[in-house]
Amino acid sequence: MALHFELVTPARLVRSDDVYMVVVPGTEGEEGVLEGHAPFMTTMRDGTLRIYKTDGAAPEEIQVQGGFAEVGDNGLTVLAEHVEG
Amino acid sequence: MASLKELKGRINSVKSTQKITKAKQMVAAAKLRKAQAAAEAARPYAGRLAAVMGSLASKVTVSESSPKLLAGTGKDQVHLLVVANSDKGLCGAFNSNIVKSALAKARELEGQGKTVLFYLVGRKGRAVIRRQYANAVIAMFDTTEVREPGYEEAERIAAELVALYDEGKFDVAHLFFSEFKSALAQVPTDVQIIPVPAPKAAEGGAAVDYEPEEEAILAALLPRYLRTRIFGALLENQASEQGASMTAMDNATRNAGELINKLTIQYNRSRQAAITTELIEIIAGAEAL
Repeated sequence: MALHFELVTPARLVRSDDVYMVVVPGTEGEEGVLEGHAPFMTTMRDGTLRIYKTDGAAPEEIQVQGGFAEVGDNGLTVLAEHVEG
Repeated sequence: MASLKELKGRINSVKSTQKITKAKQMVAAAKLRKAQAAAEAARPYAGRLAAVMGSLASKVTVSESSPKLLAGTGKDQVHLLVVANSDKGLCGAFNSNIVKSALAKARELEGQGKTVLFYLVGRKGRAVIRRQYANAVIAMFDTTEVREPGYEEAERIAAELVALYDEGKFDVAHLFFSEFKSALAQVPTDVQIIPVPAPKAAEGGAAVDYEPEEEAILAALLPRYLRTRIFGALLENQASEQGASMTAMDNATRNAGELINKLTIQYNRSRQAAITTELIEIIAGAEAL
């Protein structure tokens, strides 16, 4: 079982993957999202999105600006205006 | 009757024009594919954002304390028309259709006693609008330096618009662009962008936690929504421009072909007539001996 994660910018769909956990830099604190997370929405600070492919693996880091995260039935969706890395 | 030499010159000049229109048509076809792909790629983001806005809208009621971008200034006097054109011509009636619909709207608003202002994007269309509303053009956004207007341009346009809005320069903004239906059909469209029209509320889904609360998220998302709308319009415009260009150049190429045929027939007839006259003269001369 894995978390479905999508990273979308205005210009394209950057990532669409099944991962173990994503750490989202929310405006009110970092939030680790695992599979089965309750639905929620948060705006994001400009910061680093950390993606853990598997449990305990080294995280992949993506710089995100102007982000917004949404957790719903079909996983985590991050809408970001600018993405680096 | 034009001389043979003149006719030949004209045929050659039409032929070289045809070569240009044909080349432009092929370029437009290639660019159209790219523009369509870009428009396609932008859809997931716009769709998601609209969905989020929808679910937020169902939770928040618009009131006095709502962000100004959503609630409006409380007045409806000064209307800003944002007209998005292209920088290049050779695309048929593409630009003039957009300008025409903007001017029609301007006249309608003026008829209702409103003040109309213009914000022009792109180089084409400036002249026409300035001729009729010389003092109403408050700003022009230059896109000549970039090859294709992208999200950065949309961000800058949105920032300028929001700044003007915060200064109280206008109450309502409309965006004019050409909606891409197909390579053959582009529809000049106008949408209200400020205040942001309340997104359609999604029917109540599961209970969702908001962080920070709904109002704050909405306030943060509104400018982003505005940028996305403008970006979407720019993309539609690009695809439309290339589509219109392709159709116009196809027509031009065909017209040039017809003209060449007509001129060639005329050329052959004149040549034949000249030969016949010469023959008659020779025969007449021989008989006279």
